[in-house]
Amino acid sequence: MEGQEQLMLVMNNITKRFPGIMANNHVNFALRKGEIHALLGENGAGKSTLMNVLDGIYYPDEGEIVIEGDRVDLRSPLDSMKHGIGMIHQHFMLVDSLSVIENVILGLESQGFYINKKSVAGRIKAIATKYNFRVDPYAKIWQLSVGEQQRVEIIKTLFKGARILILDEPTSVLTPQESEELFGILREMKSEGKSIIFISHKLGEVMSVSDRITVLRKGRLMGTVDTASITERELAKMMIGRDVLFRLERGDIEQGREVLRVEDAQAYNDRGIMALDKLSIAVHGGEIVGVAGVAGNGQVELAECITGLRHLVGGHITVEGIDVTNASPCTLVSAGVNYIPADRLGVGLVPNLSTVENAMLRKYKQKSMRRGTFIDYGAACAYADGLIEKFDIAVPLKNAPVKVLSGGNMQKLLLAREIDENPRLLIAEHPTRGLDVGATEFVRKTLLEQRDHGVAVLLISEDLDEILMVADRIAVMYEGRIVGIVDAHHADIAQIGLMMAGAVGAKT
Amino acid sequence: MNPTFGSILIKVFAGAVESGTILLLPTLGEVLTERSGVLNLGLEGLMLIGAFFGFLGAMKTGNPYVGLLLGMVAAAAAAAIHAFICVTLRGNQTVTGLALSIFGAGLTSFYGDSWVSQRLTIAIKPMAVPVLSQIPVLGPIFFSQDLIVYAAYILVAIFWFLLFKTKVGVNLRAVGENAKAADAMGVNVVGTRYFWTILGGALAGAGGAYITCCIHPYWLNGITSGKGWIAVALVVFAMWNPFNALVGGFLFGSIEALQLQLQAAGTYINSALLSMLPYITTFVVIIVATVIVRVRHVGTPKELGIPYAREEK
Repeated sequence: MEGQEQLMLVMNNITKRFPGIMANNHVNFALRKGEIHALLGENGAGKSTLMNVLDGIYYPDEGEIVIEGDRVDLRSPLDSMKHGIGMIHQHFMLVDSLSVIENVILGLESQGFYINKKSVAGRIKAIATKYNFRVDPYAKIWQLSVGEQQRVEIIKTLFKGARILILDEPTSVLTPQESEELFGILREMKSEGKSIIFISHKLGEVMSVSDRITVLRKGRLMGTVDTASITERELAKMMIGRDVLFRLERGDIEQGREVLRVEDAQAYNDRGIMALDKLSIAVHGGEIVGVAGVAGNGQVELAECITGLRHLVGGHITVEGIDVTNASPCTLVSAGVNYIPADRLGVGLVPNLSTVENAMLRKYKQKSMRRGTFIDYGAACAYADGLIEKFDIAVPLKNAPVKVLSGGNMQKLLLAREIDENPRLLIAEHPTRGLDVGATEFVRKTLLEQRDHGVAVLLISEDLDEILMVADRIAVMYEGRIVGIVDAHHADIAQIGLMMAGAVGAKT
Repeated sequence: MNPTFGSILIKVFAGAVESGTILLLPTLGEVLTERSGVLNLGLEGLMLIGAFFGFLGAMKTGNPYVGLLLGMVAAAAAAAIHAFICVTLRGNQTVTGLALSIFGAGLTSFYGDSWVSQRLTIAIKPMAVPVLSQIPVLGPIFFSQDLIVYAAYILVAIFWFLLFKTKVGVNLRAVGENAKAADAMGVNVVGTRYFWTILGGALAGAGGAYITCCIHPYWLNGITSGKGWIAVALVVFAMWNPFNALVGGFLFGSIEALQLQLQAAGTYINSALLSMLPYITTFVVIIVATVIVRVRHVGTPKELGIPYAREEK
């Protein structure tokens, strides 16, 4: 056992229930002074919940928290801040329209009534210099890159005098290079005596950056281990309880003819800024082209242009040789373009309609689903049953709103509906985001199946591992352009990372 | 320049400042309320409540300033209902705001019926500012007004400073832009929203009471004649900035004063058409302002109209 004096923080028997699930089930956690402690687990393992308890956002149903020997009661983020805990959330807690200075001093009691911008800016710069990075204190948050925004979050916690830093999946939005820089900053902070909790589900980075690792699975503690004494494979087993499928099997398929061709596409994003900058890409039947890139480089706009949801201001899109530039979504669907949108419950499905109604959304105009002017609900139910059976979708009540389904089952339903249309081109946007391992595997296998049937698949994902696992070719997007296309079989991750960061141009 | 024409013009603009102040007060209040993320479409109702209770207070006490205060308190109380429904119960802000407007109109016509056409004997009187009122042109327009107008000038400056230069302002803006982030940083989201919604209500009440305690010192049902709605539109025009609210208020005041002068001068234009002028201008202004807000990527508080709940998963 460790001596009480070297422990920064102890969480004993933490239990937190949410309606229907036990997010944390009697979890114990101990953090030493001056260590980087990784908290590992799959989506839904309860990592974020545990840390939100520590940050005072959630109040635990059971259990106690001890900081440096003193039992504490953390009822709000403010309480936690007073005890030297600072959390950097996965979705940054920054106010876009405010400046860095304003974000840093937000809610601080130590600041006076009038904001002395100069002195705050000086202190921000001093913190940044100490850990070898730069940030403009006067910039507005929306003007900063994601990596820079994360640094503002780090500064915020340090400015408040945090001794315990919690980072919730900090690398999920960063390029490999930005991640390396972040790790450098973390190591620097560790040598300063700060204690760091690093939440992740990526084995590689956990192995490279942490001193100790605590693994959670389905809300339960699986154990705490020294990083030096464990292998990636063993960790993976602890995390998911079985060996991971690292590579998906794929048959060699002869590349078919060109299905999608995008030429010099130009489009604006919602803010009126050019999001697609003369982008060109082609996808052939029987191949999966993975679009890699850091979020916000035009991936969303590309998908929307191809599916008819966004207006092209320049360039052309053809599907199987037919010009479909700025065609309506309806025309595109009949041309064989089907879409798995990122926002599955907002764009893909209608939350308050039932499973049956959602299933027939593409079909309800057809004769088979109608009885005169009216919808033939018998036929619709039979059709939905077919999909449910074929795709093994767990639907408790067919007539309940679709929003009650789990994320994985929603995605299966969406996938089932779109694939049943026999697409020529399938656009899948972050198809496995937020899904558990089983559903993720299912979605990826389905995409590969479609490819084997000769469908052209455009897979847009921020998860580079997923693209490497599934895609035949990888197109890297940066600032509205495809900066390079590489063969997935001979992909060099470092090279892709550099392209994602805009450091290197096309090398085809 | 013809001297008589000049003096008429000064009179028109002095009138514009008066009618502008009626609009400025609720606009300023709504700028602050909306900055906290609460949309209050009940301004018209709040102004009516302010106007009626202001009038009542002035009648009963004989002091128009006490009346004004009572009008503000009454409207603030009504705004507190809005805050309770929208912030605590997380109700629909649009529906609640519209209900508040109708409630204000109904309440004041019901209790105001027996007061219709009665006049205040002592209304708020102009008080020229020494020295400043002697400046040619500007003096008679801006500085020969009543205390409420001067208070409005000062409030604009105070709220602008508060909003952009102080911690109070940063907290307020953060709550309206990203309540979750503000909460995580220890800002009291609920308290902030309550405070600025109630304060906004008090200012709307002041706008209404200013009508009955000063400009038109008598009671008529619906005396605010849609000015609360114009104020809602002016908030967009002002891009949620107190200083722009002043500009917008006086711009609309000028239109109002101009159409009154045109009617008085007996032009051939139909008077009903002239009375429509401010409302038509509202349309134009909203269209222009909306385009500017879109292009400049500033303006609407991001979480305007969205209730905040902490423990949601």
